[in-house]
Amino acid sequence: MTGKRSITLLAILVSSLFFGLGTAHAGEGVEGTAKADKLTSCVEPTPVMRRRHFEFIEHQRDLTVHQGIRGSKHSLAGCVDCHARRDASGKPVPVNAEGEFCNTCHEYAAVEFDCFMCHSTVPGEK
Amino acid sequence: MSSTSDQGRRDFLKKAAAATTTVTLAPGVVLHTLQAQAEPRTTPVTDKVRWGMLIDTSKCVEGCNDCVEACDQENGLDLVNKPEGADDALWERQRPQWIRHVKLKDNMTGRITNLVMMCQHCEFPPCVDVCPTGASFKRADGIVMVDRHICIGCRYCMMACPYKARSFIHADVAEKLTRAPRGKGCVESCNFCVHRLDNGQTTTACQDACKHQAIVFGDLKDPDSPVSKALKAYPSVQIRDDLKLNTGVRYTNI
Ligand code: SF4
Ligand code: SF4
Repeated sequence: MTGKRSITLLAILVSSLFFGLGTAHAGEGVEGTAKADKLTSCVEPTPVMRRRHFEFIEHQRDLTVHQGIRGSKHSLAGCVDCHARRDASGKPVPVNAEGEFCNTCHEYAAVEFDCFMCHSTVPGEK
Repeated sequence: MSSTSDQGRRDFLKKAAAATTTVTLAPGVVLHTLQAQAEPRTTPVTDKVRWGMLIDTSKCVEGCNDCVEACDQENGLDLVNKPEGADDALWERQRPQWIRHVKLKDNMTGRITNLVMMCQHCEFPPCVDVCPTGASFKRADGIVMVDRHICIGCRYCMMACPYKARSFIHADVAEKLTRAPRGKGCVESCNFCVHRLDNGQTTTACQDACKHQAIVFGDLKDPDSPVSKALKAYPSVQIRDDLKLNTGVRYTNI
């Protein structure tokens, strides 16, 4: 499918943007250590996630807080779990740290977000 | 006819079952099936359940702090540190606390009663009545909570609560648990370990921690639940029942 191929192409393009930044130091995410790095697609197709991830998370937050629904693919805890990388010592790096998944795009797009004022930035206990 | 080895096995199973929630077991390990119902919720909570608690004050031992410590760890309260430069006494009064020790003394007889007090999960909660934003709310299953996405930190609810159940987070919190989000400027209180219930567990951390079995938790609407049976068997009271809030937390032997 052309859609799938263009996603892969985009992914390669985007990731190549962040390659070659030098080797990771302690506290810096190592390339390929996030669960998401091993997957071909997010919980929705990548273009949909790019445009609408905040709607999904916001909708899910109301369902979770008010109706107790936890087993959803649109949970913020799921985002963090999948997208957090590990540093050289294997410690998870916060997703909103400089150069990490959430931060890179939000920094680029100059969009502030408040999720992590309250929510954990590394994969959870449980 | 439970032999000692049987008991040992049961204890082991209990511990193992508890462990499944914290550790990913190796594939194929049979213990998974013990937690068959421990799946995250996929359907909304309903009012067919009302969560509640019975606290036996005669079993609550003076000096014991197990339930409070368990609550602090379960809900990440132990990760909230004193803000820099804050006064010790002030911090002691203002740090977040979901469970408090209360000591009652009858001045006539001198009899002392120890009890633990948390959000009483009122059926008619004053905190919800006064909240200007709708952040304080009661879930269908009777749990009273704060939706901190909406809370503006006005603290009206803290003033309205007759049980001093609510705490305010005064400063940024560096470390948070995934199961217990928390941030500066919002109010919070006991939520009956809602993350556990939503993930299919049926106990609270405080109940599990109490070696003296002073806390019984369960579904008030299920006549066969331990809490309903205990309520049926023993006389119990609501604290400040004059307020007619129909609390979900009841006490015996006061
Ligand atoms: S005990 Fe206080 S915080 Fe809990 S429901 Fe009642 S009024 Fe609200
Ligand atoms: S502090 Fe938050 S929950 Fe309490 S009354 Fe104000 S807005 Fe409502």
